[in-house]
Amino acid sequence: MSELATPIKPEPRRFGLRNMLTMYAVAARQAIIEQLQYPAANMMFMVHILIEPVIYLVVWSSVATSQGGAIGGYTAAEFAGYYIIWTLVRQFNLAIGPQGFHWRIKEGRLAAELLRPVHPLLPDLGYYLGYKVPQTIYWLPMGILLWLLFKPEINPVAWQIAAFPVVLMLAFFVRFFFMWLLGLVCFWTERVDALFELYFAAELLFSGRLVPLEVMPTWAQNVANFLPFQWTFYFPIEVLLGRVDLPEFWPGVLAQLAWIAGGYTLVRLIWKLAVKRFTAVGS
Amino acid sequence: MSTNSITVKDLRKTYKVPEREAGLKAAIKSLVARKTKDVHAVDGISFQIEPGEIVGFLGPNGAGKTTTLKMLSGLLYPTSGELSVAGHVPQKREREFLQQITLVMGQRSQLNWDIPAIDSYDLYRAIYGIPQEQFIADRDKMIEVMQLKDLVKKPVRNLSLGERMKAEMVGALLHQPGVLFLDEPTIGLDVTMQRRIRAFIQEYNQRYNATVLLTSHYMADVQALCKRVIVIHHGKLLFDGDLTQLVERFSAQKTLVLTMSDMNGKTPDMAQYGTVVTQEPNRVVLRVAKSDAPQVTARLLADLPVTDLTVDDPPIEEVIESVFDAPETSE
Repeated sequence: MSELATPIKPEPRRFGLRNMLTMYAVAARQAIIEQLQYPAANMMFMVHILIEPVIYLVVWSSVATSQGGAIGGYTAAEFAGYYIIWTLVRQFNLAIGPQGFHWRIKEGRLAAELLRPVHPLLPDLGYYLGYKVPQTIYWLPMGILLWLLFKPEINPVAWQIAAFPVVLMLAFFVRFFFMWLLGLVCFWTERVDALFELYFAAELLFSGRLVPLEVMPTWAQNVANFLPFQWTFYFPIEVLLGRVDLPEFWPGVLAQLAWIAGGYTLVRLIWKLAVKRFTAVGS
Repeated sequence: MSTNSITVKDLRKTYKVPEREAGLKAAIKSLVARKTKDVHAVDGISFQIEPGEIVGFLGPNGAGKTTTLKMLSGLLYPTSGELSVAGHVPQKREREFLQQITLVMGQRSQLNWDIPAIDSYDLYRAIYGIPQEQFIADRDKMIEVMQLKDLVKKPVRNLSLGERMKAEMVGALLHQPGVLFLDEPTIGLDVTMQRRIRAFIQEYNQRYNATVLLTSHYMADVQALCKRVIVIHHGKLLFDGDLTQLVERFSAQKTLVLTMSDMNGKTPDMAQYGTVVTQEPNRVVLRVAKSDAPQVTARLLADLPVTDLTVDDPPIEEVIESVFDAPETSE
């Protein structure tokens, strides 16, 4: 048999910023390769994702029309704009869900990831960033179709258009860390469906996913101010709709950054406990 | 650079598992008074493995082999005892330690199923910070040795079990670990694939002086790769030494294979010499107690027209079986 190539075992390697950026890029590339293999499945997933906002769009446009043209400051055409942008924001804030975490532990994938010399969160981050590329490609025809069908009204100025990709990415980071946090519950118990349902119900209500927050009762808007959800849906949508002025924009971005910092810190802290738990009881 | 030795001292892992009797009454009772019991998966084992050794780690299902491997690779925290792998304490899971080890589990996949293995290798390169030139050279050489040239370009889900396992082995060794924990690396593979993986492990060991701790239910793996074996059962160490010593110690019988010249249609009563394993007109396989082997051999030569006679140890599988059936004794 032929010999292997390198005869000397190397010294332990350093893992610097350059390595980390390479790792993100490779993980992102993997996500693109993986997702582009399944165009039919992804289109079906896209249709599945579009059903939810289209229902909201039809319902709230009808309500607005029946209420004399507007509700909560939104006309039927603005509702159309809101929910069409919603579909794009939804593509971008997709992150690993608790079910994904559960699968990871059950199939022993997490054990394999724990054997690697980097935090599993890091390749995940790269993967989900790459995931946005094919998802945007799949979203485009659907977005255009919805645009033509519902004739939305959006009025962003140049800075709002330029700021949208930034707040969209920050929205992804907020949701990514909180979904990771939720997934960590799987380290303690497998029967977590009720908790996950509760979380997603709260997200539906307080994120602007179900309806723009202005349309919600005041108490709900107040509650939403103490939760991370609105920064993952409502805020980026409102920026591209042209409904966020500069005095509201910067506090919004700061809130996103604060929730990212909070989510990341919590993940770091709970991850340590989770690994301790995992290494105590095994997979 | 730290050596690739493994030291295990009085290692224990105890799990607390819920205990409940059958029936509704027991189910209700368990709501208020939950009972647990301690299961000693690993119960005070000690051994030392020197750099470059390939050691077979044997035991029946549930003996504690995988639990031990997981503790050695830092995936499980020991209940008590001392561990040192390549100069590190595994449960600390330091980056330098993780760079020096690999754990391959034959029944678990580490590659991404939806993309070709060659793309997964790229991620390993990035994660382990392997220099590009070295990575390409090693990867291509390993692919060549494992005969995976076209296969690594197919999505992993489209590979057969054996092909996938070969691809997993390449992925697991790309970062050139000095310590290999291999848990059933040939499980479910055909003989050719088993042989190829064995040869690959052997070559890697020789090339890098890597330390290998291998579990396998296939004795062919153990015989081909391991001079030394460690046997555990019910979490306790039963044997640690040369494979030949294991056979010597635990094999209570010998196998006699004799060939005879034509006996003119007469069939001798072979049962008087020992247990008949198989009997053909001119060839008989007998099993006799080890202590009786010299006398029985002499009688056979005196009584029968023997043209050839061999005295062998029983197959290693049978020896191992007898080890596991033996009453519990620890060394």
